[in-house]
Amino acid sequence: MYRIGSGAGFSGDRVDAPQSVVASIAAAGQGGAIIFETLGERTLALGQIARKHHPERGYEPLLEDLLEPILAQCVTHGIVIVGNFGQANPPAAAAVIQAMAARLGLGSLRIAVVEGDDLTGRIDLDQTERWDGDGRLPEIEGDVIAVNAYLGAAPIAEAIRAGAQVVVTGRVADPALVLGPLVAHFDWSWDDLDRIAAGTLAGHLLECGSQVSGGFFADPGFKDVPGTADIGFPIAEVEADGSFVITKAEGTGGVVDLRTVKEQLLYEIHDPAAYLTPDVTLDVTGVELAKDGPNRVRVTGARGHAAPPRLKATVSLYGDWLGEAEISYAGPNALARARLAITTINERIRMRQLGVRHRADVIGAVSTFDSDEGDLLVDYEDEAPGDYRVRFAFGGNSQRAVEQAVQEVNALYCCGPAGGGGVRQSVRPRVRTISHMVPRDLVEARYRFAEHHP
Amino acid sequence: MSGHFATTALHRIAHGRSGDKGNRLNVNVIAYEARHWPVLLSEVTVERVAALFAHRGVTQVTRYELPRLGALNFVIEDALEGGVNSSLGLDTHGKCLSYLVLGMEIRVPVEPGEGPRPSPQLQTAP
Repeated sequence: MYRIGSGAGFSGDRVDAPQSVVASIAAAGQGGAIIFETLGERTLALGQIARKHHPERGYEPLLEDLLEPILAQCVTHGIVIVGNFGQANPPAAAAVIQAMAARLGLGSLRIAVVEGDDLTGRIDLDQTERWDGDGRLPEIEGDVIAVNAYLGAAPIAEAIRAGAQVVVTGRVADPALVLGPLVAHFDWSWDDLDRIAAGTLAGHLLECGSQVSGGFFADPGFKDVPGTADIGFPIAEVEADGSFVITKAEGTGGVVDLRTVKEQLLYEIHDPAAYLTPDVTLDVTGVELAKDGPNRVRVTGARGHAAPPRLKATVSLYGDWLGEAEISYAGPNALARARLAITTINERIRMRQLGVRHRADVIGAVSTFDSDEGDLLVDYEDEAPGDYRVRFAFGGNSQRAVEQAVQEVNALYCCGPAGGGGVRQSVRPRVRTISHMVPRDLVEARYRFAEHHP
Repeated sequence: MSGHFATTALHRIAHGRSGDKGNRLNVNVIAYEARHWPVLLSEVTVERVAALFAHRGVTQVTRYELPRLGALNFVIEDALEGGVNSSLGLDTHGKCLSYLVLGMEIRVPVEPGEGPRPSPQLQTAP
């Protein structure tokens, strides 16, 4: 049996979460692995921009906060660390970890860097097809920041077989972070598609951290979760046949049960018979879940089919400017005053011919469920006194026009409806991402050991 | 089906989670109890889910059925007004949107002596 846990489910996750996971795996005394998934489409683009401005940056900003408390224990207990915290700059992250090891008196670690995901300037995007899930999103226009393909688990597995104690990746498919160590440990064949599928499913369940162990789950009175301030991150106990138990770190809050596993099983899955990854096409329609004691769920029945012929790649581009501004109206007739603020701003945008996309939400009435056109707000009938916050958003390619639109909200202080207060405003550039499908022969996934320069 | 029905929110018999990829949203809807699986199948239809998202300009809704899990998975195209990097909305990921589906009103059969879940809002209809 092999234990593999999760230490982070996104960039910005709880930084102390890995500690109880590592302690639990170490206490079992058989080694294992811990994975860190800290790389979304947006995070990667931000990392690419950071690296452009500072060649030594572009990796996970919380890297040291995550690893410093656990690095020594992982090294001592044979727990391999695998993370896509390299983001846009895996060699820089490897250097930071090597320096950390020296600082902690751990000597020189074997740190592997996975490369080959960065296709920037290496492929002609006009020769590739768009991914079908972006629907109406516009085509590539403007400056491409980076192109990154989702790599599979092979370079991770090879690096661990070669003795890596830490594997730093950039863009790899999230489940590959788990599949790699499992393939290395059990020596599974890449042609054994059901086992590759099982390892991929374990990865899918672990990749979002606590989302399988009580995070993003609590709904008081319906789905109660104990200890939400100390949710234990998940650990999979995987058998050689690919079956596994999902559990969580000892002595923590949170919960692992059939409900938490079901929600995560289908999270961001489209066709459940064909979840496409670089390593296998995963079919979860035959998956069986069974309770296996408190906070333990046994998972069996993943099936695998041949991996898709092409790899998904994220294309990040400089996007438009986003301006946001908010103002509050409370007490008698507040909603009517909020609505008047919206129509007033609409008219000002038109009068000044600012040419920005814009939308308004009334927080406390209708916001996140509504559309850019405000269809739900039109139908919203409650006129009782309330406490509302109008939130305006403006988008456009002209920084100046977006700033001017935001300034119009500030001007509501004196010129807007009665009793408007608490204006907050911000203007920032955005990155845009769309996905393309890339032939595999244009992608060369590989690993190398980082140079020792503590 | 014969007998009595109660009108209630889907949220009382099912839970779920939403996720995004690009401009595509997926929402899973999972029955708390196996006996409500047929209710999900008959009540939480593609048409009704599409209607919930009509104002967002969705172009297609696909429903996948997972009877072993008592779960439905909806894939909703173009629901995110541009998605995480382009939308002007507050919740650019669509993380709140599972609760738009769970707020759907449904009809649940009521057997004598029990309800879907006791609720003061439960209305019994013939």
